[in-house]
Amino acid sequence: MLRWFPENISTFGGDIDAVFSLVYHIVGFWFLVTEGFLLYCIIRYRRRSGRGAAYVRGEQWSELAWVLVPAVIVLALDLSIEAAGGPVWARVKEERPAGGIPVRVTAKQFNWEITYPGPDGQFDSADDLTMDNELHVPVGQNIQLTLRSKDVIHSFFLPNARFKQDVLPGRTITAWFNATKTGRYEIPCAELCGFGHSGMLGHLTVHSAEDYQRWVAEHWPAARRARAAAAQAAG
Amino acid sequence: MKVQAGAAVARSHAHGAPRGFWRTYVFSVDHKMIGKQYLSLGLFMALVGGFTAYLIRWQLAWPETEVPGWTYVEPDFYNVLVTMHGTIMVFFVAMPILLGAFGNFLIPLMVGAPDMAFPRLNMMSFWTLFTASAVLLASFFVPGGAASAGWTGYAPLSGDPIHTGVNWGLNMWLLALALEFASFLMGGVNFLTTAINMRAPGMTLTRLPLLVWMQLTAAVLFLLSVGPLIAGAVMLLLDRTVGTAFFAPERGGDPLLWQHLFWFFGHPEVYVILLPGFGIILEILPVFARKPIFGYRAIVLSTIVAGALSFIVWAHHMFVSGIDARLAVPFSVTTILISVPFAIMIFSMLATLWRGALSFATPMLFALGTLATFLIGGLTGIFLGSATVDIFFHDTYFVVAHFHYTLFPAALLGGFAGLYYWYPKMFGRMLNETLGKLHFWVTLVSFNCVFIPLFVVGMGGHMRRIYNPLQYEFLKPMQPLHEFVTVAAIVLLLGQIPLIANFFWSLVAGARAADNPWRANTLEWATASPPPHGNFATAPIVYRDPYEYTAPGVAEDWLPQHVAEAARLGVQQSAA
Amino acid sequence: MMSAIAAAGQPQQMEGGIAQLPIGRVGIWWFLASEIMVFGGLLGSYILSRIAAGGWELERAHVNTGLAAVNTLILVTSSFTIVKAHSAVEAEQHTRARHFLLFTVLLGLMFLCNKGYEYSVELAHGFTPATGLFWSYYYAMTGLHGLHVLIGVAVNFVLWTLAGGRGWATVQQRVEYAGLYWHFVDVVWIFLFPLLYLA
Ligand code: HEA
Ligand code: HEA
Ligand code: CUA
Ligand SMILES: [Cu+2]
Repeated sequence: MLRWFPENISTFGGDIDAVFSLVYHIVGFWFLVTEGFLLYCIIRYRRRSGRGAAYVRGEQWSELAWVLVPAVIVLALDLSIEAAGGPVWARVKEERPAGGIPVRVTAKQFNWEITYPGPDGQFDSADDLTMDNELHVPVGQNIQLTLRSKDVIHSFFLPNARFKQDVLPGRTITAWFNATKTGRYEIPCAELCGFGHSGMLGHLTVHSAEDYQRWVAEHWPAARRARAAAAQAAG
Repeated sequence: MKVQAGAAVARSHAHGAPRGFWRTYVFSVDHKMIGKQYLSLGLFMALVGGFTAYLIRWQLAWPETEVPGWTYVEPDFYNVLVTMHGTIMVFFVAMPILLGAFGNFLIPLMVGAPDMAFPRLNMMSFWTLFTASAVLLASFFVPGGAASAGWTGYAPLSGDPIHTGVNWGLNMWLLALALEFASFLMGGVNFLTTAINMRAPGMTLTRLPLLVWMQLTAAVLFLLSVGPLIAGAVMLLLDRTVGTAFFAPERGGDPLLWQHLFWFFGHPEVYVILLPGFGIILEILPVFARKPIFGYRAIVLSTIVAGALSFIVWAHHMFVSGIDARLAVPFSVTTILISVPFAIMIFSMLATLWRGALSFATPMLFALGTLATFLIGGLTGIFLGSATVDIFFHDTYFVVAHFHYTLFPAALLGGFAGLYYWYPKMFGRMLNETLGKLHFWVTLVSFNCVFIPLFVVGMGGHMRRIYNPLQYEFLKPMQPLHEFVTVAAIVLLLGQIPLIANFFWSLVAGARAADNPWRANTLEWATASPPPHGNFATAPIVYRDPYEYTAPGVAEDWLPQHVAEAARLGVQQSAA
Repeated sequence: MMSAIAAAGQPQQMEGGIAQLPIGRVGIWWFLASEIMVFGGLLGSYILSRIAAGGWELERAHVNTGLAAVNTLILVTSSFTIVKAHSAVEAEQHTRARHFLLFTVLLGLMFLCNKGYEYSVELAHGFTPATGLFWSYYYAMTGLHGLHVLIGVAVNFVLWTLAGGRGWATVQQRVEYAGLYWHFVDVVWIFLFPLLYLA
């Protein structure tokens, strides 16, 4: 089944896929058992002349056990799903590894505004760099996301990273991911946000360490120069 | 002051059947006519909902081409279509058919009552729903178009016309929902009161047919969950019209509050639809297996447990919505635990078939089809119930496939099963079996062809509510699946023609139905087909459980609830 | 198994318990249960929003607590009068029942007049539903409650007129149901008053 998934490129993606696999096997088992039994009954117990139905009301414990014992197994398997899933959830959504590269994403109808703090590492300073729909990150680093929205709810979705987080107006949500593979991937919006929801699309570019340095060198000072020039012109 | 409930109603029926066209067919207070009115409304809205599905599917398979029988679908109209499709199917097809039609028609008959407890309230609830449907359909034609914020109407997209350009359409959508809720509140009060107060002598709670139990649980779930959303709908309407701040972040409000109010209702609501669907197949399975229900009490208890649990799972729709991340795992646990009561119900249904003597008339085929397909829907819910897996699956077609695999079996396959089974009782004629079987096989096969590929697409990360998948590189390889799905969906829609033909043809030319064509035990079969005004010529008395098929010591393989022992028993009265 | 059927073969009488309750009472209970959830949703939202947002004390300072206290008294009294009306009905005392129904109607109207006056003062000071989150809740909650009071007043009024003429028989039970509803409206206010005016 996993072959249908987009290629995984995040540190936690594999864990999420593993939980999927676990659920898949548990659920697949019950699927085969129940549908198999249904089919068996349909074939085996179709009406034939000379053979009536059995009279079984399933009100006695000895009969009900046929239902209750499997239900207990269901319960146990349920708990195993949570036991496997809980820690992964905590790692992805609750805990946050320290350090890494801060990026701010501001959603608006119908773009992702990506803001880099610039050389000073501070947001809302003169050397911030803002680009529409272009998220550039280095491979193997924790990307510290700050998610905001200017208008309605959007959802920041990185299919390849198995990452999704709704972005709400009036709130600042923090999140993280860590890409393991270089390349260019899509960032669709996953929450209905108006007529341009379809096609609200950004790109995630994961650079190797050197590439990333080159990209920074190319863009960040330029931004600083441009800002300075603009400030001069205004002043 | 003690009032003999049944007597009071019997008195009100003493005046005999109403006369005249208007009082008989339009402003009827007879639960059977009202049930048929709900059925007609639900089937009509199914045609509208089906047509929206057709437009959606065409656009997804061949984006931005002209739809045969229509024009181009623009992006904002696509959002309208999705919104209205969901709203219509859930609130104006599933609920009217399952609760409105079958609940109304069957509850009084099955408990042995002459009518509902409040016949005029019953009439009012239908006409309220009728008004709601009219408002909803009219909203297509107002300036700005119909609502386009999804059937879930998330704020702030729905909170201010500037975000979608839809003004009146959304107000009317809210109004239609409010009226729909009011209608089913009245209906629910009626169902509950009828089943509590108007049971025939001997109809103890453990002798109630399971359909009645399912309808009652559904009614309770609805009554207790819809209140907050009614409040929410009023709040949203106020936000839009007088500028209150409830869900508007720029004025200090909280968009997530709407989601909480919606889903606190939303999850119980899916069981409001599922349980009556289960009720239908639980009536049909024992009749066509000639075998009692396995584990009646276990099923009733599990239903109640599942219903209670459904009030504490709502945040599974909101795992990645921005709620406190620490809430996710507790909600994930409650969600997945619901599989235990469902396992008991499903296993009991399967055990009912085991060692039965199964025959496969159309109602039974649809009942088995419901069971087989719902299993897929229920089981895929477990993936979504795991908060971890839902990070990836939320708002993808995996969810779309999951809920069609639950809603479609419950509402349409279950509804069809009920229609084929009770049509003789409703209209006094049999439906044609050949057409019925054709309808079944086409529907079953094409339904699966529509929605299995959507699971695959969902695993590929395909987002829902996307009007043109070709805008995304990573979705392009999946386009052939979309095309296949659309072809299957068209077959599915065309596959309903045998039903429509059968329905109308049989109405006039079908074979006359006997009182009890399926040799079933429950009380609705103890009266004429169709039942007279007041339902029973003589008030029935109930002697036993509803599913006494092939009981030992009984000459025949059935033993109706209302038949006194001696008349039916075989020779050996005392054999232990 | 045979014996199980034989034993079950008696039509059991539905004795005692819920089956003996009057239809109307069962109906109104379920209706009120759903009403509780409507107000429950609203109140719950208010409480959660208030915890989350905070700082509403300043806004709350502008509501008229004194008048609301008077209104609380009025509603509590009206609950008492409708109980009196009901017991008069039980005792078949027509005129007494009518009087207490009328009292209830008048008290309800007094409540509404006070509320209307309160609104007008607040609106005159520029506190509209659009002023902020507190005022949104304030108007929505008291407004919805006021609507319920209005419906209750109308129902009681109709009963009062009916009870005068030949309608006595139909009124008898309905006074009880109207009373249940009226108590509910009263109880909602008992929650609203501290939440909006005191907290
Ligand atoms: C009739 C309708 C119906 C029914 C019955 C269900 C039943 C269930 N649903 Fe579904 N659901 C919807 C209709 C329904 N759902 C709709 C409409 C949406 C989308 C709304 C929207 O966003 O537009 C949705 C969305 C939805 C989500 C949110 C997904 C998302 O948006 O990210 C989740 C997450 O937990 C979920 C879970 C479940 C679960 C756990 C069940 C359970 O009740 C299923 C229980 C049944 C079984 C499990 C099968 C029987 C059991 C066995 C055979 C035993 C073996 C089982 C195990 C070991 C697990 N559903
Ligand atoms: C009961 C509920 C129900 C039903 C039955 C259906 C039925 C169908 N649905 Fe729907 N669907 C929803 C509920 C339902 N849907 C909801 C809640 C959404 C989410 C909306 C949102 O995102 O906001 C959705 C969304 C949805 C999408 C996703 C759109 C998107 O996210 O962009 C798609 C796409 O393929 C789709 C397709 C279909 C198809 C092909 C059918 C087919 O099965 C349709 C077949 C139609 C029929 C079978 C009806 C035939 C007519 C009769 C039976 C009447 C007979 C008449 C007489 C006898 C007189 N649906
Ligand atoms: Cu932004 Cu969808
Ligand atoms: Cu749910």
